[in-house]
Amino acid sequence: MMLADFPLWPDQASTVAGPTDTLFIFMCVLTGGVSLLTFLVIFYLAIKYRRTPENELAQDIEPPKALEITWIVVPAIIFLGIFVWGSWLYFHVARVPDNALDIYATGKQWMWKFQHPGGQREINTLHVPVNRPVRITLASEDVIHSLFLPAFRVKMDVLPNRYRSMWFQATKTGKFHIFCAEYCGTLHSGMIGWVEVMEPSAYQRWLAGGSEGSLASQGEQLFQKYACSTCHTNDATGRGPVLQGVYGTQVMLSDNSIVPADDNYIRESILNPRAKVVKGFQPIMPTFQGQVNEEDLLKLLAYVKSLAAPKTPPVEPKSPAAIQSNAGAPTNPGATTSSTTTATTTSKGQTQ
Amino acid sequence: MSDITYSGQTPVPPPEVVEEHHPHHPFLQHHFEDLGQQHEASTLGMWTFLTTEILFFGGIMLAYWVYRLAYPDAWSVASTLQNTRLGGINTIVLITSSLTMALAVREAQLGRRLRIVAMLFLTLIFGSLFLGIKMYEYHAHWVEGLFPGTAWHWNENPDLAPKIQLFMTFYWGMTALHALHMVIGAGLLLWFMWRAWKDQFGPEYYGPVEVMGLYWHFVDIVWIFLYPFLYLIHGHKH
Amino acid sequence: MSTSQTLYDVRSVEPARTRNYLNEDYGFFSWVLTRDHKRIAILYLISVSVMFVIGGFFAMMMRLELLTPEGDLLTSDTYNKFFTMHGIVMIFFFLIPVIPAVLGNFLLPIMLGAKDLAFPRINLLSWYLYVIAAVVGLVVIVTGGVDTGWTFYTPFSTQYSNTHVFGTTFAGFIAGFSSILTGLNFIVTTHRMRAPGLTWYRLPLFVWSMYATAIVQLLATPVLAITLIMLMIERTLGVGFFDPALGGDPVLYQHMFWFYSHPAVYIMILPAMGVASEVVAAFTRKRIFGYKFVAFSSLAIAFLGFLVWAHHLFVAGISVYSAMIFAFLSFAVAIPSAIKVFNWTATLYKASVSWQTPMLYIMGFIGLFTIGGVTGLFLASLGLDIHVTDTYFVVAHFHYVMVGGTVMAYLAGIHYWWPKITGRMYPEWWARLAALLVFVGFNLTFFPQFVLGYLGMPRRYHAYAPEFQVLNVLSSAGASVLAIGYALPIVYLLWSLKNGRPAGINPWGAVGLEWTTSSPPPKENFHQTPVVTWEAYDYPGLLKAMGETQNV
Repeated sequence: MMLADFPLWPDQASTVAGPTDTLFIFMCVLTGGVSLLTFLVIFYLAIKYRRTPENELAQDIEPPKALEITWIVVPAIIFLGIFVWGSWLYFHVARVPDNALDIYATGKQWMWKFQHPGGQREINTLHVPVNRPVRITLASEDVIHSLFLPAFRVKMDVLPNRYRSMWFQATKTGKFHIFCAEYCGTLHSGMIGWVEVMEPSAYQRWLAGGSEGSLASQGEQLFQKYACSTCHTNDATGRGPVLQGVYGTQVMLSDNSIVPADDNYIRESILNPRAKVVKGFQPIMPTFQGQVNEEDLLKLLAYVKSLAAPKTPPVEPKSPAAIQSNAGAPTNPGATTSSTTTATTTSKGQTQ
Repeated sequence: MSDITYSGQTPVPPPEVVEEHHPHHPFLQHHFEDLGQQHEASTLGMWTFLTTEILFFGGIMLAYWVYRLAYPDAWSVASTLQNTRLGGINTIVLITSSLTMALAVREAQLGRRLRIVAMLFLTLIFGSLFLGIKMYEYHAHWVEGLFPGTAWHWNENPDLAPKIQLFMTFYWGMTALHALHMVIGAGLLLWFMWRAWKDQFGPEYYGPVEVMGLYWHFVDIVWIFLYPFLYLIHGHKH
Repeated sequence: MSTSQTLYDVRSVEPARTRNYLNEDYGFFSWVLTRDHKRIAILYLISVSVMFVIGGFFAMMMRLELLTPEGDLLTSDTYNKFFTMHGIVMIFFFLIPVIPAVLGNFLLPIMLGAKDLAFPRINLLSWYLYVIAAVVGLVVIVTGGVDTGWTFYTPFSTQYSNTHVFGTTFAGFIAGFSSILTGLNFIVTTHRMRAPGLTWYRLPLFVWSMYATAIVQLLATPVLAITLIMLMIERTLGVGFFDPALGGDPVLYQHMFWFYSHPAVYIMILPAMGVASEVVAAFTRKRIFGYKFVAFSSLAIAFLGFLVWAHHLFVAGISVYSAMIFAFLSFAVAIPSAIKVFNWTATLYKASVSWQTPMLYIMGFIGLFTIGGVTGLFLASLGLDIHVTDTYFVVAHFHYVMVGGTVMAYLAGIHYWWPKITGRMYPEWWARLAALLVFVGFNLTFFPQFVLGYLGMPRRYHAYAPEFQVLNVLSSAGASVLAIGYALPIVYLLWSLKNGRPAGINPWGAVGLEWTTSSPPPKENFHQTPVVTWEAYDYPGLLKAMGETQNV
């Protein structure tokens, strides 16, 4: 059997793969060592004190309390250390870099549909550039799925009626598995595909291959089609709130509570407008539940995002610069590649 | 050689030893030492069972609260669809039935046969009255189209309708589970009336009536929670 | 062996010659209407064994299918049904009842010096509920099965699956009641039926672990019951509690499901720990090291076990901070398990260790449970869990705990108490061979799955990427060794019923109330109510008695 056919270690192809593997190896060594030591002690004692005619009865030992305390306290301290390490990694994976490339994924029984900001769509294959953070916003059309990219050590459940997001930054080019990791019905094991990580120039060539206009511009067309624009005008004269500059900010509602205008807020406002009514407006908007499918919803979301107030000089309107309401300081590993990435998206936006 | 034993462990007496037999109460089961132990065991058993019942109703109440906090408006509107007056009457009916149940336990302790039967009968009447009123409410909801699923045709408030349907799922689910407990309780009451008629209870042996009472009071208390949860939200917007 | 005879109160007589619970009366109805806890234990023994064989059949079919990467032996629908029914049969109908309802039912009253459980009729009812649930489950299986996975995640189970979800959840609901009634009986019996002098600190650790298990059964199972009812309502109405279209939340279902199903893991493993303590004490002839630590670690596991359910949801949609809290508590629950492992190990020091079959199984148990436990730490480490959750790593982890832990301990227990239950010895040589086969087969089956999981092979995959094949073939090969290992005891234990050597009262030279009554015990367990004046595992007392007799 060739070794190439029989891997014992998964590809390390993202920035979090290294830290994840380090923790994994550390824990293997630690727990493996302790377990092995325990087994050896058991065997040693069980052989040394095996029952013989001379050793029919055991000796009565009074257990020392100190020993008990030791093997409670020492594992507790070790566990605490592992807990801190694991949580640190989790926080790192939960925090999306500000300058990530936005890609939208929809899971349905039994395929993955991906939409790029430039409007390119693909099924069960995802093209991404190397060395650049990629944020995937996830939606499900039916049951719960889970997008699992083992070479990147990331995974996220995909829920119906709620947006979730995950990110990764690929570190080498090549083809890597996409799996659905949450059981979703008959062809669950067929809900698989490939991530193709490409050099930025190759990615550009691929993007130029075909598009029906950027995702945001397709969203804008839908915005007209569903007559959203009759109420949500550009000035303050409409019956609905102005959407320019809303995304990524805090919104005050009619009950004086304040909510962040994030992906799920936009989604709910389309599907169930009266759940959160902006202060100063009447609850008159009809629901679009059942009229807009998940893919179109993502287009509308991309459009509303593109209207976000540019906090920095507007390099490109669709950049999700302001999206992460919970994003921390820009201390993430993807920060260095931001200049090239914005350029990429801009040029793509102009393909239409 | 094979007879080695030591002080700590009791050796087995030869199998021929015959058990001693004391004359004992006809309802003392063979594996208990005395009626006191039997009584304590059955009481603890019922309390333990009621603990599981608390978690049973607790599970659905938890889900109810998750959604109530998420959709306060829909919950408030939905509670106005309930007949508060009938619910209130039912609350009084049920509390009264708990009183007669408690009196039945007392009569059992005193061993007054006919009075036990009478009190159990009154409890049964109040319980049945409760169920009757509940059926009437169910019928009204059905007619209004407030039954979730394909029978749903209430649509006065299209925006809140889905969430009101969610509320009504809780309403039907919780009250039906409660009613099921009432029906089981009514069956137990019939059985206990028959046992009381046969003069099985008295100062020595009233444990079963007491345990039955614990169950009945528990079912009563569940309703004390359900009534405000389902009927009285309106006007109490947090 | 011959020297050992001096220790024992053997009195080997043919079991049929003594008056005992087996020959008290005869006939079909004397069994199915019995209220004797020992006979109910036998009824349970037969039923769970049947279910184990059925669940094992599904497992073998899955391992056969996974020999090749293509899904060529079974269709994907059939495969999905098989892993679902494997899970449901093994968890609800084997692992949860196996030790409490078989060994616990038989031994708890005897260990307490009682004549029976507090509520014998409820005990029988619990068995009937189990049988009804099992029959409903089997009807579902033969009429088309169910394909939701044993977790019944919504909205797949309520709106998308077109298999028998209702029937299966109903079976689970009924089985839950059976479990609750067993737990209720154990709690009341432990509180109210102890023999004179049998204080809490004189109880065998098996009783402590059964008591802790019963608490979990009582407090967790009703939440499963209500969750399954809500699921059935939603499935019947077409809309309901977790329906996203009404604003319902599928993640809420997962919270409610795991609020039961994580503690259910402790319903399965705590009794196994109790068996381990009994066997370690008996086969080392020593008092368990740190008795109180071991006893209270059971209660600590039962308590902490209720606070960790959301560690199944680290990538399912909970906030980062709640994930941290649940991860922290998950590490905390590992500590009492570590205490037990260390104390069992320390008990071997200066002991008289017998390498008989029950001890072999328990040494296997300690090893496999330790591996299962420490790999749980990997899953509790948040950042690492993102990668390994929902992969074969998880599959390997819980099989190490459930099969390597619970099933090994059950096999240890059934061999240890077989002479008491039947009055006859099993054939030692065959039993040791089976123990070896189980241990080797188990590791060969499940260790490669840790590697597969880290490589990224997801759970519940009918077909898989070709590079995973070598490890899958290893795993399937191990499964066939394991199957032989499990089949052997069924054969030789049945053989021993007629041909086994008469066991006598105390074939192991063990202490404990169950070893002071005849084998098999009489219907009322003891010929007279025992009065307990000694500590649990009073081997020092035995030592003293030995010294005295030698001086005589």
